[in-house]
Amino acid sequence: MAKSVITIGPYHPLQEEPELFRLTIEGEKVLNIDVMVGYNHRGIEKLSESRTFDQATFVIERICGICSTSHPFAYTRAVEDIIGLEVPERAKYIRTIVAEIERIHSHLLWMGLAGHFLGYNTVYMWVWKLREEILDVLEALTGNRNNYAMFKPGGVRRDINPDDISFVLKKIDGILPTIEMLKKAILDDPVLHARLKGIGTFTREEAIDYCALGPTSRASGVARDVRKDTAYGAYDRIDWDMIVTENGDVFDKAVIRILETYESVKIVKTCLQNLPGGEIDLNITSIPPGEGIGAHEAPRGETFHYVRSDGTNRPVRHKVRAPTFMNLPTLKATVPGCTISDATIILAAIDPCYCCTERMVAVRSPEGDLLYNGDDLVRLSQEKTASIMKRMGIK
Amino acid sequence: METAKYLFLFIIFPGFLFTALVGFFSVWVDRKVTARVQWRVGPPFLQPLYDFFKLLGKETLLPKKGSPLVFLAAPIFSLMAIVLVSTILWVGIFWKQSFIGDLIVVVYLLIIPSLSFMIGAMASGNPLATVGASREMKLIIAYELPFLICLATAILKSGASIQLAVIASSPVIASISGALASIVVLLCIHAKLGFTPFDVAEAETEIMEGIFIEYSGIPLALIKLTQAMMLFTLPIFLITVFLGGMNFSGWGILWSILKYVLVLVLIIVIKNTNPRVRVDQALKFFWLYLVPVSIVAFLLALLGMIYGIAWL
Repeated sequence: MAKSVITIGPYHPLQEEPELFRLTIEGEKVLNIDVMVGYNHRGIEKLSESRTFDQATFVIERICGICSTSHPFAYTRAVEDIIGLEVPERAKYIRTIVAEIERIHSHLLWMGLAGHFLGYNTVYMWVWKLREEILDVLEALTGNRNNYAMFKPGGVRRDINPDDISFVLKKIDGILPTIEMLKKAILDDPVLHARLKGIGTFTREEAIDYCALGPTSRASGVARDVRKDTAYGAYDRIDWDMIVTENGDVFDKAVIRILETYESVKIVKTCLQNLPGGEIDLNITSIPPGEGIGAHEAPRGETFHYVRSDGTNRPVRHKVRAPTFMNLPTLKATVPGCTISDATIILAAIDPCYCCTERMVAVRSPEGDLLYNGDDLVRLSQEKTASIMKRMGIK
Repeated sequence: METAKYLFLFIIFPGFLFTALVGFFSVWVDRKVTARVQWRVGPPFLQPLYDFFKLLGKETLLPKKGSPLVFLAAPIFSLMAIVLVSTILWVGIFWKQSFIGDLIVVVYLLIIPSLSFMIGAMASGNPLATVGASREMKLIIAYELPFLICLATAILKSGASIQLAVIASSPVIASISGALASIVVLLCIHAKLGFTPFDVAEAETEIMEGIFIEYSGIPLALIKLTQAMMLFTLPIFLITVFLGGMNFSGWGILWSILKYVLVLVLIIVIKNTNPRVRVDQALKFFWLYLVPVSIVAFLLALLGMIYGIAWL
């Protein structure tokens, strides 16, 4: 049978963000996969270097609309690492609460999308309706449904009103039966079992070799979770379990996400009930020269930020590594050998977030390596603008 | 005069126009029930009609590397076939006119839409359409076998007649074999309609509508129209052959419409409570589970005929 190449992306109903997967297929079977990102480079790191440390938090928050707490969490930890400070206890708890509610909403969002990718639009609509409750909770706590603007270096921007706690607890308790119903509906469906079990198996060895992160690695039996590995936030002060499964297939990744939702509910409830009093902000006035790193377990895996300061009010270097950057290459191990139908759900199972991952791609031409530096990019951009203006007759 | 009469039957009632209008109504029912199941509001009553006319006004793009004639002829053939099926069925229902062997003609005509979609997809030269066409081919192979065995059961139950009017007058479902065969045929019709869990050939999130990926404008509108008509005609076919037919005298009108709506809603609910299966799983489902069931139904019907037991 003849080999042919089909593409998933850059514009495809599977995923709304620009990314390109080139699948080499033989009939229904996928022989190879080529992953390309870099369609929508936004230069966030450079932007962040032109803002003050406080302003950069807002830019960083907009790296990703879904995990818009994870990036600020890692960034503020990096800045606090430069100073060598511990944030107040109450701020730690508030940070943990917002981060965990975000995890619930992110995992619910993934469940809905996974249903959509499988053609199960009823699950998609149901889960997204339930997710609205969580967004209501976030709105009550932070004032925003997304991009919460809660974090700042040295603490949090907004305190939790004691009157809101009972509302949040009620909402969180109210969502438990529906998650329970979803868990039963999704995990006991024989057709879903047939579609998900044994598909895209990612072994423990591969997970270690590829440095997979988050649920992608935990589904393969690698117990890797920043919340357990390093003590930060309120995670070391409360009792919760890391969910690890052994099979590494798509089904296990779904199981991990559903069970993690329960753990997040548990963490949020414990935090709200034991919320300590005191300050929420250290009111940092200056950042000394130095460099710092910060990590946070985002819903998709470890988000890692590196910040260097030269003593002014702006970072001189800010480096972001989103979890999808590490999880995308795992498709090389899981996709080849499966069918096209399975390939789509395997692509979705790492819960990819391309806007976090977008970065400049240097194109390798047959003549040799093409490496772009800043001047080249400016030149390319000017040439393109000139050619468009010429074509459209603009002087 | 005869020609004018047949043209009227084919084009106005109960052919093209009638089938199209009730087809759009069925699409609206489908979209509305789907929306209610999914906690949404759903579209207004005339939305399928608006969609159709809007598509008619869109530009028709032809694939450069394809074969334009075959590509454009495919939707027309599928439309003609389904209009003909509807005409034959409804002439039988309204005027009790049928000819010997019309069941066989209808069975052949019902394969034509799937076949012509497949050929049109192949003619477009798009690799995703080719994948879709190969899936459609596998799906046809999967569902036609149990479909035909179950029709044979219906023929046996109605006294070895291959005339729709005779089969319609005997409620096949009122027996064990007939009930089994009805369920199998319902699932086969589901696959013929290309609904989830058997929408492998279209599979929006995998191969971007697969067989229809290159269609636009008027040809796409014709395909949507064909699918709307199939959503109307195939349940009517199931009712005619298995559920005692449609009857438009006295209280029979209500009972007939109720039967149609029940079958339609059953199809829509199945569609909305299942994820899409893989094409190999679909083949396995039809051949490993439904073929044995339909063979059992056929044997029961045979025993029932030999020993004269009506409920078998």
